[in-house]
Amino acid sequence: MSAEQALQYCLAGVTVGSIYAIVAIGFNIIYNTTGIINFAQGEFVVLGAMTAISLHTVTPLPLAVAGAVAITAAAGGLIGAGLTRAVKRPTVLRLIIVTIGLSIVLRAAVLHIWDEKVRALPFFTGTEVSSVGFFGARITPQALWVLGICAVTVAGLTLFFRHTLTGRAMRACAANRTAAGLCGIPVGRMVTLSFTLSAAIGALAGCAISPVTQTQYDMGAPLAIKGFTVAILGGMGNSLAAVAAGLLLGVLESFSICIFPLAYQHAVSIAVLLAVLVFRPSGLFGSRDVSALKEH
Amino acid sequence: MEGRRYIPIVLLLLAAVGVQLTLSACDAAYYLTQLTMSLYYAIVAVGLSLLMGYAGQVSLGHAGFFAIGGYTAAVLATRNLAVEPGAMARALGAMGLLLQREDLYGQTIVYLSPWVSLAAAILLTSAVACVIGVPVIRLKGHYLAMATLGFGLIVYYTVLGAPGLGEADGFSDVPGFRLAGPLEVNGRSAFRVQNFYIACVLAAGVMALGGNLVRSRMGRALRAVHEGEEAAQSLGIHVARAKFGVFLLSALIAAVAGFFLTHYNGGIGPSEATALKSVRYLAIVAVGGMANLWGTLIMGVGLNFLSLRGAFGSFDDAVFGVILIAVMVLAPEGVFRRLPWPFRRKGGDDAAAA
Amino acid sequence: MAGRMLAGLLAAAVLWAVPLAAGQGEPIKVGAILSVSGPASFLGAPEKRTAEMLVQKINASGGLLGRKIQLIVKDSEGSPEKATSFAKQLIEEEKVLAIIGPSTSGESLAIKNLCQEGKTILLSCAAAEKIVDPIAPYVFKTPQKDSDAARWIFQTMREMNIRRIGVIVSNDGFGIAGKAQIEKIAPEYGLQIAIAEVYDKGATDLTGVLNKIKGQNVEGLVNWSIVPAQALVAKNMKQIGFQVPLFQSHGYGNIKYVQAGGEAANGTMFPASPILVADQLPAKHPQRELLLSYKKDYEAMYKEEASAFGAYAYDAILILAEAIRKAGTTDREKVRAAIEDLKGFVGTSGIFNYSKTDHSGLDMSAFEMLTVKDGKFVRLKP
Repeated sequence: MSAEQALQYCLAGVTVGSIYAIVAIGFNIIYNTTGIINFAQGEFVVLGAMTAISLHTVTPLPLAVAGAVAITAAAGGLIGAGLTRAVKRPTVLRLIIVTIGLSIVLRAAVLHIWDEKVRALPFFTGTEVSSVGFFGARITPQALWVLGICAVTVAGLTLFFRHTLTGRAMRACAANRTAAGLCGIPVGRMVTLSFTLSAAIGALAGCAISPVTQTQYDMGAPLAIKGFTVAILGGMGNSLAAVAAGLLLGVLESFSICIFPLAYQHAVSIAVLLAVLVFRPSGLFGSRDVSALKEH
Repeated sequence: MEGRRYIPIVLLLLAAVGVQLTLSACDAAYYLTQLTMSLYYAIVAVGLSLLMGYAGQVSLGHAGFFAIGGYTAAVLATRNLAVEPGAMARALGAMGLLLQREDLYGQTIVYLSPWVSLAAAILLTSAVACVIGVPVIRLKGHYLAMATLGFGLIVYYTVLGAPGLGEADGFSDVPGFRLAGPLEVNGRSAFRVQNFYIACVLAAGVMALGGNLVRSRMGRALRAVHEGEEAAQSLGIHVARAKFGVFLLSALIAAVAGFFLTHYNGGIGPSEATALKSVRYLAIVAVGGMANLWGTLIMGVGLNFLSLRGAFGSFDDAVFGVILIAVMVLAPEGVFRRLPWPFRRKGGDDAAAA
Repeated sequence: MAGRMLAGLLAAAVLWAVPLAAGQGEPIKVGAILSVSGPASFLGAPEKRTAEMLVQKINASGGLLGRKIQLIVKDSEGSPEKATSFAKQLIEEEKVLAIIGPSTSGESLAIKNLCQEGKTILLSCAAAEKIVDPIAPYVFKTPQKDSDAARWIFQTMREMNIRRIGVIVSNDGFGIAGKAQIEKIAPEYGLQIAIAEVYDKGATDLTGVLNKIKGQNVEGLVNWSIVPAQALVAKNMKQIGFQVPLFQSHGYGNIKYVQAGGEAANGTMFPASPILVADQLPAKHPQRELLLSYKKDYEAMYKEEASAFGAYAYDAILILAEAIRKAGTTDREKVRAAIEDLKGFVGTSGIFNYSKTDHSGLDMSAFEMLTVKDGKFVRLKP
């Protein structure tokens, strides 16, 4: 393998990895507030992209993306508010089941609102054929957009969760719901807010990756599985680690093509996930103590 | 008193006879086809109910076990050993373990007796359940859900990717499974009535097994585990062993159902191994009431029957999604909260609150 | 109590499912098992729309033999077990004369024997040659042959002096069947397959595998796929600067895939049914009139461009209608024999010539090499 080809594998991995990472960030927000995994996160991604594609027929691209993010966020907030009020005694098992159900229903809704056809947003800069040279290897400019959006989102979220009162209140809810409530934190409102935020980021992710991946109604679940894998690899709740883990998994998958037939690529990455779950459930970058606290 | 526990099983079989006689009398025996298929799917859900409702362990990978059973049946029954028979094939032939049939196009096919492949399916499932189950069963909550989902996906990508496993087309032309005398698991309309009874008997067997397990020491241990692992451990219950035991049992139930249904349908495809299939089993367990074997059986037969007849049209998956949400919101204990006498479980009604 | 519930449930199901009693001048029942939703919906959905449109049109012009056609559509979601259940339902319960579909080869193979044993005509909309090989007397298919498509591609490659090729296919039934044909036929044309890879039908980026193929110094690339992911191939090739001629299969026959590929799709070559270039066909082309009429009807009714996929269902119903007219009866055996006797029948996918030994009906003339120019399909050699 020439150095140039190796570098090209790396960049291919970065393209895919950045997609995984941006989806994983959405998982972390809800997890940080509620301790639940939202299995419907992939559907927020699809919903956002589909809305943006429809809006783009009448408005310029930035406006379409902004509109899609706003609409999806509103939908996410409504869903979050509804669920937390409706599910009595929310145990982990019940919430898993509800979000799985939600994912199926949202997918069916997207199928029947739009249709089965594949669509895509235009590239943010350049076209389908443009690429950025990098020591002889090439990468699509859209991958850089996705990475940039990842970086901005992670930075923004870190500031928000560490340094604002609302952000801290949200983290308190995940650490101990009862105690947070006793301290006067409106737990319900915080959960709604986290759903809104993660739907918004999911929609943004959907818009950013749509030019690369194209968008079809049923691509949410596979994306969510990869995003979840990455979130666990990085250690649940840690968005920066999720980005690192996403890029790592992307590059790993990309190089796995050299050895294994492509047909087994997903099986390989899931096997990696199972190994991490069994041997290091706190993730590659997480500390064991933190995850032990969060398991329940 | 001991015999009383078998009364519901007897009622189940009587109901089956009633359904069959009524349908045949109304010249509507074709409903038995979908009822038979639904029974096999319901059996998988009953096995999952043991795991989820009684041991409190979620599994999003049961379609994987179903597929292992089904694919073992399909691979071994469609392999034509008449073409270049090896030493192995000759040895099997000498032991009388090979069968011969002629397909629709006049080709003679020599294949392994399904009894042998059933044994193979059970062994393979046990082996896989051990490899997966031992480490995974220690996980909790989301981590367990994700790990079992991952297992199911590995099975899915394997059957989709491996040339020997039919890839996207899966298998067709799987012959019937001769049980004894004229009894045969076979999807042809001539075998329709007896196959309904074969499925009913299998379901009754699984219900009896499940019922006994729930009432046994093991069942009480499981409930204790469910209520609180630390407390159970301090009472001297070997938590990991109890959980693994029920995991293995429910995997085997799924694989055997997959094995029978593959012979009944005459084939299997990768769609049986998808995550969505696993979610459907989960939905049925949830709507049946988590720790309610009878509720699960009834809802499993009813919902699958409607689905297999195309009653939900293009909203098939959406219906299962809506059911999941509605049950968790409106009736988290399942729709059969309290059943009258023969179906009531003794104690542990609250175990349903998973 | 639970027994009663079961009985009640059954009763409800029975009421729901019992079809209305047929009256005088009974309609001719035709079933359709199509993947309207699910992973193969890009095939099944246009097929369903086309089938419903054509049946409506036939009924509006008086039906067949003075009887209307009743089309019963079942959504199988691409799963063989549902196709099996629906096929039994249609055969044993509805006693349909014929079944249109299924959309995928796995489902078609799953119900092939059922239809043969149940003496129900099956007009499959899936491409795999296994569906009609070995031949079951009651089973036919309407899409073109994979082997013919491969031959068109290889012929073009020979003209372009391409010797060493790379092959990528998707992991659905269409891709896998295509891979088998490519590997079988390539040696006949003196082509060397340097590498063959299978990608997931839900793939979101293919630069990795294209990079692997690029490293093999191939002179041409064949992508055999019917899923939307195939639009990625052209894009990703351009993005990594992999510049060899790209050949697609007849599964590329949907203008949406060109639009998704954008600028990158230009120059792609593929064999396809003339429906995609209907308006460019010479006036004397035998299919021109039929193709234009299908396109016009479909696009007026559904406000979307007609694809080659919907055309498979169009042909299936057209062939069935013609056979019923010719047979002058709905006797199964006679209609079946009438299909086998169809010669020179003009369909949207080509000119059908069925016989006792050929249930595919189409030959190489059903294809034409097309290419993409400025985001539009044009004939490679006008």
